[in-house]
Amino acid sequence: MGKEQTEFNRLSAVSAKTNAILNIILLGYALVCILPLVLVISVSLTDESTLALYGYRFFPKKFSIYAYEFIFSTGSQVVSAYGITILVTVLGTILSILIMALYAYPISRRDFKYKNFFTFFLIFTMLFNGGMVSTYLIGVNVLKLKDSIWGLIFPYLMNAFWVIILRTFFKTNIPDSLIEAARIDGAGEFTIFFRIVMPLALPGLATIALFATLQYWNDWFLAALYINDPKLVPLPYLLYQVQTSMQYLLQNSSNIGGMSGDILSKMPSEAARMAMVVIGVGPIVLTFPFFQKYLVKGLTVGAIKG
Amino acid sequence: MKGKEILSPSRTSPAWWREIKKNRAMFLMLLPGVLVLLLYNYLPMFGIIIAFKNFMFYDGNFFTSLFKSEWIGLRNFEFLFKTPDAFVITRNTLLYNLVFITSCTIVSLAFAIMLNEIRSRKLSRFYQGSMFLPYFLSWIVASYLLYSFISPDKGFINMTILKSLGKQPIAWYSEPKYWPYIIVLINGWKWIGNNCIIYLASIIGIDQEFYEAARIDGASRWQQVIHITLPQITPVIIVMFLIFVGRIFNSDLGLFYQVPRNAGMLYPVTQTIDVYVFNSLMRMGDIGMSSAAALYQSVVGFITIVAANYAVRKIDPDSAIF
Repeated sequence: MGKEQTEFNRLSAVSAKTNAILNIILLGYALVCILPLVLVISVSLTDESTLALYGYRFFPKKFSIYAYEFIFSTGSQVVSAYGITILVTVLGTILSILIMALYAYPISRRDFKYKNFFTFFLIFTMLFNGGMVSTYLIGVNVLKLKDSIWGLIFPYLMNAFWVIILRTFFKTNIPDSLIEAARIDGAGEFTIFFRIVMPLALPGLATIALFATLQYWNDWFLAALYINDPKLVPLPYLLYQVQTSMQYLLQNSSNIGGMSGDILSKMPSEAARMAMVVIGVGPIVLTFPFFQKYLVKGLTVGAIKG
Repeated sequence: MKGKEILSPSRTSPAWWREIKKNRAMFLMLLPGVLVLLLYNYLPMFGIIIAFKNFMFYDGNFFTSLFKSEWIGLRNFEFLFKTPDAFVITRNTLLYNLVFITSCTIVSLAFAIMLNEIRSRKLSRFYQGSMFLPYFLSWIVASYLLYSFISPDKGFINMTILKSLGKQPIAWYSEPKYWPYIIVLINGWKWIGNNCIIYLASIIGIDQEFYEAARIDGASRWQQVIHITLPQITPVIIVMFLIFVGRIFNSDLGLFYQVPRNAGMLYPVTQTIDVYVFNSLMRMGDIGMSSAAALYQSVVGFITIVAANYAVRKIDPDSAIF
């Protein structure tokens, strides 16, 4: 009996040796995913002159937090870009979730006569698009998105794929009978939507909200298309700009004036760039464990039920 | 109450108006989304005529300029397809996507099976979390992470690894021969965790009775993977594969523009249709050429996505998008 039991266990789990090998492979890959971030953090905490001498290393030869001090004292551009990124992310996520949920609800309702038309109206945008050129020209000339905060928000308000995920979520999680009961009690459509549907759909909404947050937080493309004004540059685009020249950090600060050359020469440019990367990913990496769970849920909903 | 409504002046109003009134709450809910789609998705679709015009601004108004611009038929396309670029960008876009599809599917699947097989759930969760991390980072950040390794004068590879081996430093950003590998690796780095979690979720969803039955028959763990796990998740694999194929003419601008830092010497191996359109529009202001390339991409993209969806529909109607 005992022998049979161990035999059965052997069949229900890999052997100790295989288990060890699999763990080594997975650990190796997990490190590949994490270590680049560790290297960048280490560089941001290294003294600038040692960087020039020894290059980027995993352990700072000489520790220094001057890059961070510099960014927050001189780099008012970084602070302003950070502010823009936060503003765009918060405003964009709230607006897009509201607009997408408001669109997803009617097309999830079986008794809405025009649901097929509006579903097609939405899905067609996934199949065909006007392309970057036409979209850009209309964005600039007709919608006046150039150098406007809306240029960073408006284009991502509707994502057809996410609306479909929300629609499926509404369809499967909100019983028709509940809506019917509310209607008999005299509730209007908007009351039903805000008081019954939205609270019940919270897990689905949270998932889509996280996708939206991530998209707004990480976006550089809209800034590349529409933003010239240094005051409206978001952090990812500022990171792109400083690849070629640290000059961009000073474009917003008029009070420096003639001293800018002096500041540039003393600037810890290598460490400061990496410090900006760290500041940019900080909120994501810190909150990552909390929303990982929701995203997994959303990903699987999206992949299996489109 | 109802009868009164019918007898009221609305009887003389047109039928469509009554329809709107009847569904007004629903239409009001749809309104903001419809406006966004109309303005940012449908309006540009009509803007594609730019590609058939010698577009010029006449008075600052976009529509009258579009109307007044000379109609030149397919001349923009003739110019585009006469350049060697047209072939290179199409080849790069298609080849990279083919390699991405195959490599990402195989590696993610392998990791998903490994994660499911290892004994410790805690470690499995830690690996999942680490693999998932790159998905959360922007391409700009990814380009900096890569740069910290391959910067020619300070990068970890040149300054630490190659130096300790006594080898000459490599000018990474001007050597096209390394980039096909770098692009494929960094794309995998960003996406594998995400795909892996999708596969893992469907593996976990497999009915445990299959495995119990196999164990009673004495099937080894490896046999169970081959004969139960893989066949059970094949529909998911095929659907993911086809969705990917549907987007084969699209490329991620962040990956091909940001990660190689738009280095001109790397164009032969890094320029895809999207990079070409972006560069000729934003850097050269060449509206004719870029609109022709963009429309070319939209049309072939439309065909592939419809074909892929048709195939998905045949296999698993629930996963089809329309």
